[in-house]
Amino acid sequence: MSNEPKEIEAKIRSYILENLLFSNDPTELPNDASLLDRGIIDSTGVLEIVLFLEGEFDIQIKASEMLPENFDTVNNMVAFVQRLRVAVQ
Amino acid sequence: MCGIAGFSGVPAAPETARATLERMIHTLHHRGPDGYGFHVGDGVGLAHARLSIIDLATGQQPIHNERRTVWTVFNGGIFNYVELREQLERQGHRFYTQSDTEVIVHLYEQHGDDFVSHLNGQFAIALWDAERRRLLLARDRTGIRPLFHTRAHGRLWFGSEIKALLAVLPQRATLDPTGLAQTLNYWGPVDPATVFEGIHSLPPGHVLTVDEGNRETLRRYWDWSFPVAAEQTMASARRMFGSEEQAAAELRELLIDAVRLRLRADVPVGAYLSGGLDSSGIVALIRRFTDTPVRTFSVAFADSEFDESAEQAAMVRHLGTEHTTMHCSRRDIGMAFPQLIRHTETPILRTAAAPLMLLSGRVRSEGYKVVLTGEGADEVFGGYDIFKEAKVRRFWARQPQSRFRPRLLERLYGYLENSPVGNAAFAQAFFGKGMEHIDRPIFAHAPRWATSQHALRFLSADMRASIGDWQPLDGYEQRLPASIMSWHPLARDQYVEAKSLLAAYLLPAQGDRVAMANSIEGRFPYLDHRLIEFANRLPPSWKIRGLTEKYLLRRALDGLLPADILHRTKQPYRAPDQTSFFFDGKPLDYVADLMSSERIRAAGYFDADATGRLFDKCRHGRAIGFADNQAFVGILSTMLLDETFLRRSSSDPHGALCSD
Repeated sequence: MSNEPKEIEAKIRSYILENLLFSNDPTELPNDASLLDRGIIDSTGVLEIVLFLEGEFDIQIKASEMLPENFDTVNNMVAFVQRLRVAVQ
Repeated sequence: MCGIAGFSGVPAAPETARATLERMIHTLHHRGPDGYGFHVGDGVGLAHARLSIIDLATGQQPIHNERRTVWTVFNGGIFNYVELREQLERQGHRFYTQSDTEVIVHLYEQHGDDFVSHLNGQFAIALWDAERRRLLLARDRTGIRPLFHTRAHGRLWFGSEIKALLAVLPQRATLDPTGLAQTLNYWGPVDPATVFEGIHSLPPGHVLTVDEGNRETLRRYWDWSFPVAAEQTMASARRMFGSEEQAAAELRELLIDAVRLRLRADVPVGAYLSGGLDSSGIVALIRRFTDTPVRTFSVAFADSEFDESAEQAAMVRHLGTEHTTMHCSRRDIGMAFPQLIRHTETPILRTAAAPLMLLSGRVRSEGYKVVLTGEGADEVFGGYDIFKEAKVRRFWARQPQSRFRPRLLERLYGYLENSPVGNAAFAQAFFGKGMEHIDRPIFAHAPRWATSQHALRFLSADMRASIGDWQPLDGYEQRLPASIMSWHPLARDQYVEAKSLLAAYLLPAQGDRVAMANSIEGRFPYLDHRLIEFANRLPPSWKIRGLTEKYLLRRALDGLLPADILHRTKQPYRAPDQTSFFFDGKPLDYVADLMSSERIRAAGYFDADATGRLFDKCRHGRAIGFADNQAFVGILSTMLLDETFLRRSSSDPHGALCSD
């Protein structure tokens, strides 16, 4: 599995568009847009994202890492996943 | 009890009028299976489907006054009819039945349109004054009994349910885009709107009159009203109520009387037991303070997140009632859902009404027609989490930098499997949103509506265009009383809750419609207007003390209930939502059909691609949040509405009005 940020980003974007925005229009999801502010994820929606990230990228996310700053934008999620994957390798 | 229908305006030949009335009232057979009654006069037609509960022998409607100049059909119950009758007889009125209905015509003679203020009850009334050639429609204070009306062919048409109007006016079977958007957002349409274009709901606490010149006058005779916060000091509370103990004692007396009046029936009476404080309190009051035998009924779920059968069983043991538990599975809910929407006549966002419809069927099969329930206690005495949540958010807003204050939110929603406060950091981020609304009356409701607004994403481009620039928060505030910001914040939250959830969703979709689906009359002691008026004057800290909800109600019921029930934290009644429609990744047949992209496109309300993605997410069990669940149930119920009422009528454009 690749650690390339672009591939991680593509997978995360595709998941959010498909499952949280129910859309195939990439312009609806700027990488730096706050998903909380836009109402795209609520506090249960984040559980869905955690399940997705853990399954897709083979990582374990600790409760202490479940912070808005790790999940609030696509960019933050990409950076977070990269950090965890570097840590396990 | 009962269903009503009729019209006023352009006269029709008596035989045509009668045929028209029959078409209308036959659609309401489930509300009144014990017989029909009609009155046709010059410019008026009244019809009634009867569920006989009081005066089984002579209570047939329509009912008239001594001179046969005032006629009425009514749905509901006038609980203080015994006292009203005594007064009216002293004033010289002569009665020809033993029914509660008859007080209506004599009270009207005595007091004119203000007669409604004398009624303690739950009612939808149509009254015809033949001398003034004037129709009057009235609805109870909180919206327990429904009443819809519309104008067509020079007449005003009315009915207890929309299907009575559609029976003679099929052109009204058109979806109202704004009504749909309101329903998806606030959980129910904002009266007078419905989801049918041109069909209006008479708002609770209002009287509508149509005079000979066809002029309509709408007048409010009652509303939830609260004191100005600045004048609501503890000193004024002590003057008004004495000590807390005295207030609790006064409340208990009021509760006993509200229950006593609602036991007036010439048939046996049952009660629902949810396992919580409110319904347990009602049954305990019946057992302790009346001689009425009471049979209890409850719903049990296999899924422990929703099930309260342990608490119900504890209460049954304590009260010693003969009890029936109805077990409800996810499949039961999914299979009953189409029938439910035929009764609700509006989209709904949760499935919780379905088990209640099945329960009323069980009650009926056991030979009962009347049940008392705990509905209303949370609105009247401050029981809902939304009130506590708003209290914490306001407390937090006073010190936005505090890390301790938002952690109080973790004490709420403990009963949810995927709790919105399960993760502190996200809970703070989520509930921290909307703080800019702190000085608006919809502050408490903005987070709830932000969740339900998710469903609006799925609307088709055409529907969005029809809705235009409707703003959910501004739109709701325009309907609120001008003085609302002078009330205490809890009072504002209670008012919005009483209108948006209680009157627009709970009382119709989880109350009247699902009980009447099986000819069951629900009665709600906590919604006795004397209790509401008493509670609205209470200081807010006697409703929510710290984060303990319904504080004074608990004190009033002290000694009647086991301690663990008395001190139990509120668990809202809920049922499994989208999981009721999928089994092993497969949808129920009708769900697959209605949610197919062809059907979604043909109906035109929703975007087929987006809806398809939501459908897949649900099918694979990945929709765990409220937002997705509510959107799915909202879309499916809209499609059922289309199937049942809208599509059918558009394929049968000639099944129209026969009377002209």
